Amino acid sequence: MNFIIGAFKPACNVSITFSDGKSRKQVSLKNENGQTVTVPLFHNQETIAGKISVEPVSGKKVEHNGIKVELLGQIEMYFDRGNFYDFTSLVRELDVPGEIYERKTYPFEFSSVEMPYETYNGANVRLRYVLKVTISRGYAGSVVEHQDFVVRNYTPPPSINNSIKMEVGIEDCLHIEFEYNKGKYHLKDVIVGKIYFLLVRIKLKNMDLEIRRRESTGSGANTHVETETLAKFELMDGAPVRGESIPIRLFLSPYELTPTYRNINNKFSVKYYLNLVLVDEEDRRYFKQQEITMYRLQETS
Amino acid sequence: MMISNGIEDEEKWLAEGIAGIQHNAFYLHRALDSNNLREALKYSALLLSELRTSRLSPHKYYELYMRAFDELRRLEMFFKDENRHGCSVVDLYELVQHAGNILPRLYLLCTVGSVYIKSKEAPAKDVLKDLVEMCRGVQHPIRGLFLRSYLAQISRDELPDIASEYEGEGDTFMDAVEFVLQNFAEMNKLWVRMQHQGPLREREKLDKERNELRDLVGKNLHVLSQIEGVDLEIYRDTVLPRVLEQVVNCKDELAQYYLMDCIIQVFPDEYHLQTLETLLGACPQLQSAVDIKTVLSRLMERLSNYAASSPEVLPEFLQVEAFTKLSNAIGKVIEAQVDMPIVGAITLYVSLLTFTLHVHPDRLDYVDQVLGACVKKLSGKAKLEDSRVTKQVVALLSAPLDKYNDIVTALTLSNYPRVMDHLDAATNKVMAMVIIQSIMKNNTCVSTSDKVEVLFELIKGLIKDIEGTSTDELDEEDFKEEQNSVARLMHMLYNDDPEEMLKIINTVWKHIMAGGPKRLPFTVPPLVFSALKLVRRLQVQDGDVAGEEVPATPKKIFQLLNQIIEALSVVPSPELALRLYLQCAEAANDCDLEPVAYEFFTQAFVLYEEEVADSKAQVTAIHLIIGTLQRMNVFGIENRDTLTHKATGYSAKLLKKPDQCRAVYACSHLFWVDDQDGTKDGERVLLCLKRSLRIANAAQQMVNVTRGSSGPVTLFVEILNKYLYFFEKGSPQITGAAIQGLIDLIKTEMQSDSTTSNPASDAFFASTLRYIRFQKQKGGAMGEKYDPIKL
Repeated sequence: MNFIIGAFKPACNVSITFSDGKSRKQVSLKNENGQTVTVPLFHNQETIAGKISVEPVSGKKVEHNGIKVELLGQIEMYFDRGNFYDFTSLVRELDVPGEIYERKTYPFEFSSVEMPYETYNGANVRLRYVLKVTISRGYAGSVVEHQDFVVRNYTPPPSINNSIKMEVGIEDCLHIEFEYNKGKYHLKDVIVGKIYFLLVRIKLKNMDLEIRRRESTGSGANTHVETETLAKFELMDGAPVRGESIPIRLFLSPYELTPTYRNINNKFSVKYYLNLVLVDEEDRRYFKQQEITMYRLQETS
Repeated sequence: MMISNGIEDEEKWLAEGIAGIQHNAFYLHRALDSNNLREALKYSALLLSELRTSRLSPHKYYELYMRAFDELRRLEMFFKDENRHGCSVVDLYELVQHAGNILPRLYLLCTVGSVYIKSKEAPAKDVLKDLVEMCRGVQHPIRGLFLRSYLAQISRDELPDIASEYEGEGDTFMDAVEFVLQNFAEMNKLWVRMQHQGPLREREKLDKERNELRDLVGKNLHVLSQIEGVDLEIYRDTVLPRVLEQVVNCKDELAQYYLMDCIIQVFPDEYHLQTLETLLGACPQLQSAVDIKTVLSRLMERLSNYAASSPEVLPEFLQVEAFTKLSNAIGKVIEAQVDMPIVGAITLYVSLLTFTLHVHPDRLDYVDQVLGACVKKLSGKAKLEDSRVTKQVVALLSAPLDKYNDIVTALTLSNYPRVMDHLDAATNKVMAMVIIQSIMKNNTCVSTSDKVEVLFELIKGLIKDIEGTSTDELDEEDFKEEQNSVARLMHMLYNDDPEEMLKIINTVWKHIMAGGPKRLPFTVPPLVFSALKLVRRLQVQDGDVAGEEVPATPKKIFQLLNQIIEALSVVPSPELALRLYLQCAEAANDCDLEPVAYEFFTQAFVLYEEEVADSKAQVTAIHLIIGTLQRMNVFGIENRDTLTHKATGYSAKLLKKPDQCRAVYACSHLFWVDDQDGTKDGERVLLCLKRSLRIANAAQQMVNVTRGSSGPVTLFVEILNKYLYFFEKGSPQITGAAIQGLIDLIKTEMQSDSTTSNPASDAFFASTLRYIRFQKQKGGAMGEKYDPIKL
């Protein structure tokens, strides 16, 4: 990367400000150094506008071959480090080659930008949006400044949202019927349901409901799958008998979930599963995994 | 070792749990002090996590629970004050549900739930319903029971009962009822399930632990009974059927027993009375091992007490036909529980009997019905051997006696003797004693022969040997006491009507005849005297007895008596028979029945001759005969002569000389009856006295020969007294000279060296002389008569 400017004294300071920076909602984002920074939040089709100011350091002049600002949507695979894949790339030329003697401000605007994908920080993949200002300078090395921002997209509630209902079991051992009230949940939703025990011949100890995230990256032979358990929620303590019905009520808000991403730009997918785990007294686990679709609902407040 | 280790381990685990709670409580308090909601939730969840242990017995778990409970109260105070945490109760209700572990989550939810209801931001019923529903997540019996009991505890003040502030706006007490019922059902299920936890060999321990937890379940019923809105109608239509459904369906004996008992104890009596059918209907459906008899007994006991509490409630009992229902239910239970030991069934009948005696004292038919059912149950069975059973049967049979204080009532119960038939011999006797004691205590007069018949049928265990029982093992003293009781009983059989009385005597005789040689000596005398009493009574109303066909004439009675005593003489108990003959003879004398009296005397003499062998007994007998004979005035000269002759003859044939002497001088009285028209044969009196004097002399000589010294002069002094008696009575043959001679003789004897002095006889003689002196000094006719005698 050409961001190794720490070694050289930069020839000038570049700052990027958004025109509605004061009023725009800020969210926190983990950058690549693991630090949490606060960045503005945008949605698809929004106009991204602002100003970029370039200020030479203490009276020095800055010669350049032109200044441009790019809006980049990048997908970064960790196992393929260093390789960004830009799925969006917009450029605005800010200045023709010349010299800058004093602070100079350039307005910019990307109107109604297509940002179909959400910012995502996963285990093996990262999707980021960034504004990149480049002051090209022949041999002296270009000055580059980045400004991250976050994109989130709301989805309207699905018109069809069937419950998940299923009977599973091990023959002559354990038969249960479970039901989750929906198949699609928004991020602050509540999973309501119940587990009905049709047959219990094993001594159960407890039962948990797990929320698992399955992130798959790459394609074909290079597919990497990473699964994380985001929530482990105890539903039942002790051994039920036949005919018991155990309620489920799981609030999703405490967990850091994202919407389900299906095949983002042919690069990666993120899916969510509810995993019902029954543990018997010998610590054997019996489980049944069900995919649920997560979506982001427009927040009303 | 295993066990002690187990206990030590448990102590350790408890200590660890407590330490864990204290540790987290410290941080919790700090969070509460600084109004930090997030920290408070975190530490309270950690604190409650200590309750997730499976290693403690219910007892120890309770200790842990109580500590957590105290902390939850603080937390609840904090939750109540929105200013302190700045979170609306609705949000709080969600927030606590974020906890990952179910047990802490639900404890917190219940705690917030209680605050939620108090805030009235949501209908109480919705919150309660949600809580009771969510608690299903804890299926572990002990943890679940404690959690639900926590729920019950904190919700108690917030039930939307009638007149409670949480009632109204769609919340009715029915919601409260519904809530408690549901919680109860779930707790019961958990409780029942406990028995399936753990290995079979720890069954006993498990049962013990379950027992420790039962009140947690029963508490719900108590809460139900406290809900104002539960009136009879609600109880009948909703509460009771639902509770019973739970009880029946759980199919667990421990639970069924406890809960049935709980229902009975917790709800008011009038409810029970009005819902008897439902309540009793559940009984046959219970597990066969359930101690249903205790349950029903308690119910009946309660109802009995209720009936006793005020007479106004009695019509209610009649209205609902309590007895019939109870009786039917008991029948069904006994039918349904094939394995029920007989003692159980009898215990049930005892309770039912007690109930009916309390509630329907006037309905003897009920009592008989109960006894009849009992007979039915016992029929086909061998005699009862089990002491517990017999004890219950005795209780069953004693109950009506105690209640009515009147055996006559019991005698009208047709099934009474049939129940007694099932007792073994020993118990039968005990029961018979109870009956007799009851009669004695209450001074009950049994007045008809029919009743006597029944009564003797009842106490036949005492009257005769029961087949198949050995008499060897009888305790002599017990036997005597029993027979004495029977004897006493006979005096309670009485009727003013002679005819009926005779029948009674006949009936008694018929029964006691079978008593065998050991019993007759006890039973015959009272019967004889009872008959003699009747004779005397007839004699008084002699004038009235004119009709030809009067059955109860003295003659007939005497015939009967003859038979009776004869039975005794062959027993053999001759001395007793002899005495009774003499008694009869005397009675016959009073009735002016010479032949009868003669016959009795004959019998007495025959007995004397043939059966009385013992010399001492002979002495006694002969004195009795003489005494009786002396009083007889019915005999003609010939008969009298025969009898007196016999008596004197026997007297002279006694073995010992002194006895002979005494008998003979006693015979002198036979010839001198100091009545207006009595025999006064001075000649033969003198003969007797002289003869006795001879015998006395002979006796004295015999003593001299055998011992070398003369015996005391007692006999002489005694004869002297007889002389004096007849002298005073004016017998011409007894002269002062004869007396003088006798006195001199005695004096000589006393001064003789060979005579051993005896202070008693000396004193006797001295007082006799003093008497003579006194008579002399008194003067008058008697003084003159005595005058010639010189002392």
